[in-house]
Amino acid sequence: MTVVDGSLVVTDLHVEFSGFVAVDGVSFDAHPGEVRFLIGPNGAGKTTCIDAITGLSRGTGSAKLGGIELLRRPVHKIVRLGVGRTFQTASVFDELSVLQNLDIAAGLHRSPLALFRIRRGVDPSIERALEETGLSDERDTIAGVLSHGQKQWLEIAMLLVQDAKVLLLDEPVAGMSQDERTSTGELLGRIAVNRTVVVVEHDMDFMRRFATRVTVLHQGRVLSEGSVAEVQADPRVQAVYLGTAGAHTTEAASAIN
Amino acid sequence: MTKLKPWLSLIGIGVFAVILLAVAPSLLSTHWINNLGKYCAWAIVAVGIGLAWGRGGMLVMGQGVFFGLGAYAMAMHLTLETAGPDKIPTFMILYDPLAPIPAFWEPFRSEAFTLLAIVLFPIIVALVLGFALFKRKVKGAYFAILSQALTVALAVLISSTIRETGGDTGLSNFKYFFGFVLNDDSNKLMLYLIAAGLLIVCLLVVWQLYRSRFGELLLATRDAEERVRFLGYDPSNIKLVAYVIAAVMASVGGALFVPIVGIITPAEIGASASILMIAGVALGGRASLFGPALGAMAIGWGQSSLASSWPGGWIYILGLLFIVVTLFLPKGLSSLFGKVVSIIRRSRRDTSPPLPPSPAAASAPPAPNSVPTPEEVRT
Amino acid sequence: MDALIPPLLNGTAQGALLLLAALGLSLTFGQMGVINMAHGEFLMAGAFVAYLTQQFISASDISIPVAIPLAFLVAGLLGLLLEVSIIQWMYRRPLDTLLVTVGVSLILQQVALQIFPAQGVPVEKPRWLDGQLSILGYGWPLRQVFTIVLAGVCVAALAAWLKYTSFGRRIRATVQNRDLAETAGISTRSIDRITFFVGSGLAGVAGVAASLIGGTNSQMGAQYIIPAFLVVVAGGIGQIKGTIIAAWVVGLAMAYFADWTTGSLAQVLAFILVVAFLQVRPQGLFTVRTRGLA
Repeated sequence: MTVVDGSLVVTDLHVEFSGFVAVDGVSFDAHPGEVRFLIGPNGAGKTTCIDAITGLSRGTGSAKLGGIELLRRPVHKIVRLGVGRTFQTASVFDELSVLQNLDIAAGLHRSPLALFRIRRGVDPSIERALEETGLSDERDTIAGVLSHGQKQWLEIAMLLVQDAKVLLLDEPVAGMSQDERTSTGELLGRIAVNRTVVVVEHDMDFMRRFATRVTVLHQGRVLSEGSVAEVQADPRVQAVYLGTAGAHTTEAASAIN
Repeated sequence: MTKLKPWLSLIGIGVFAVILLAVAPSLLSTHWINNLGKYCAWAIVAVGIGLAWGRGGMLVMGQGVFFGLGAYAMAMHLTLETAGPDKIPTFMILYDPLAPIPAFWEPFRSEAFTLLAIVLFPIIVALVLGFALFKRKVKGAYFAILSQALTVALAVLISSTIRETGGDTGLSNFKYFFGFVLNDDSNKLMLYLIAAGLLIVCLLVVWQLYRSRFGELLLATRDAEERVRFLGYDPSNIKLVAYVIAAVMASVGGALFVPIVGIITPAEIGASASILMIAGVALGGRASLFGPALGAMAIGWGQSSLASSWPGGWIYILGLLFIVVTLFLPKGLSSLFGKVVSIIRRSRRDTSPPLPPSPAAASAPPAPNSVPTPEEVRT
Repeated sequence: MDALIPPLLNGTAQGALLLLAALGLSLTFGQMGVINMAHGEFLMAGAFVAYLTQQFISASDISIPVAIPLAFLVAGLLGLLLEVSIIQWMYRRPLDTLLVTVGVSLILQQVALQIFPAQGVPVEKPRWLDGQLSILGYGWPLRQVFTIVLAGVCVAALAAWLKYTSFGRRIRATVQNRDLAETAGISTRSIDRITFFVGSGLAGVAGVAASLIGGTNSQMGAQYIIPAFLVVVAGGIGQIKGTIIAAWVVGLAMAYFADWTTGSLAQVLAFILVVAFLQVRPQGLFTVRTRGLA
């Protein structure tokens, strides 16, 4: 099954944990060419949405990539359909080098028997990914030794090499310096040209600089959606981030924890 | 250095092969050649354990099952060969003179079937068991205990079926091995060479696996199983492959053990035997290439020489070995070797001009040897 | 119908013995993430205590009741010694503790072999356990009834201790959320030591019950450790309720299998049963996430 159109369409996603409703009927869509942001306060359900789409949590509703339903498939099958995600704490294989990490990620499209042979030379797609993420010089460095920002870029590079059609990035710039954030934002803009990029974030500044379209989540529901300007002007969003709705948010957050 | 590493290992295997196949036979008496052959059989099992446990993170405490499958397959064939064509083995006649031979024995008259069984039976059992457990994410300690439970169950089963399997006394008194007379020095040498040769073959197989992408994936699965899913692989399939290969190696080891040692009993496949196999691997260094084989040979030697003259002492040594190695030397003796190498290299580096600092704030120098640090293996 | 009764009663007694053996394991594994393969040897120690007590108090009627708390103490102290010397550095590392305690178990077995004869020592049953209880036309050996009663008393005592005492509360807190318990001022280290003491002590009590069945020798621990672990795994780690149910089911299964086939095939079948069950429910009957220990 190959995905032709890289659009991610989520309809009425609902995720529940032992009676607690974490995501309550969320719908949004993301298309190639845009850097799509999913923002919201802590506990709004952003990561849970991503977990459901990628198969880590069970969700009802629909999440379609290019028309193919993703929900209720096993994680590794979803990945093979072209969905890639990063984690809040960069999870790369610390014991292997950058090149080995990328090579493992690229293996997705190789036949199983090829696994028993040794790597010869470097795949052109790996070279491209190294270039795009600025890690060419670090190719032989053991991943565990990289800086936090570099690990995040490596994670993204692995998704590129996996030929992910949609990249779901969970707080990719958390803990990065200002310069690193700029580099990351520009990187996202470049890779979004042919792919669908969805970013889960807290950082308003990062959103303002690099988002194409934004969906705001609050307590498991969509609060607002639109361009950065539209969302920022929305009074409901302002209430949530600046004042009155704050109390409800902390309640929801502690209920999850 | 990383480019050179695999070729160094290959040279190491070559040196090992020369020692085993050329040097040892010229230096050792038949008695010791026989013993060495036994150690080689155990070493083959250990190499498989190194793959499954050291690289795959699966503590296989019950390799006795597969060892037993190969051993008893071989033993049944040799017993039938000794009895003669269409004859019933002596121990069965002694037990019940009138009863015919159990049906499941008949196929083992054929050499081809026996050899096929030695390879195929462990594959089937490992596939079934591995599939049942790995798909359900049963791992770590649970997996270890279940694998030991299986081998204990098998040993108990064999113990109680005296007429069918020889029970506790086991199968022995073999006269022939595939047409060769067993009680003959040159044939014993041949058996030893087969065992040593197969050990070298297993080392080569594992050498290739470790260098291959599968080897990297296996390491990744060991250290971050859930993460591997996000690469598009099902980690249970990866573990299954390693488990099956380990099972075949254990079975081959068992099959070689029988003609060399001349007897197989449930004691050789039960809990204590399986634990012995683990001990050797832990001692040598489970994730390294040579560690499991050398460790197993050391334990084998200890077992041979000490167990008869000082049985109590040997058990204490074994017990202490588990405690000391797990507490202080979790990566086995091979890690000591690695540490020595890195100390030498570091002292050499201190005398050379300092390198410019790398952009990545490196907290630790990259690991000098190819043995990755096994993380705390978790349940 | 008649054929179903004896294995039911036998199996319940077997299950009770398994439960006693498994309780301590479940506690230490659930609380500290420690796998103690020497637990079987603590059981063996309890059995030998029963024997030794009988050497000093020749009247078996008295020696066995005296042996029970004594065995608890001895096995508990052994456990404490193990915890303090080795285990305390290995929490949350189940595979490492598994390997280390394999070594300890080997050593303990060997020590027993040095002290006691290899073929085992006899432990005499108290006279008040002679005879049978007549149930549904079957003569149920009193010894089996005793095992069940003993197990029941121990479980009840343990549950009450956990539920009603401050120690128990602290243990439950530590199991549910160790870090939070630490910050709340609970010394998790001493809780761990107490838990290990109690868990090992229970094995000692199981040993006394086992000694009455016969075969008190250096190998007896090895006979119980695997079934005990299977019960723990099937019941859910750290879950008393689960351990009780699993022990009973495994005991019944082994009794019925032994009745229908042979004793050894029963072990294989029981193993298959557990693996099959784990297919359906890999985390065991109950998990810590849903409820606490009681």
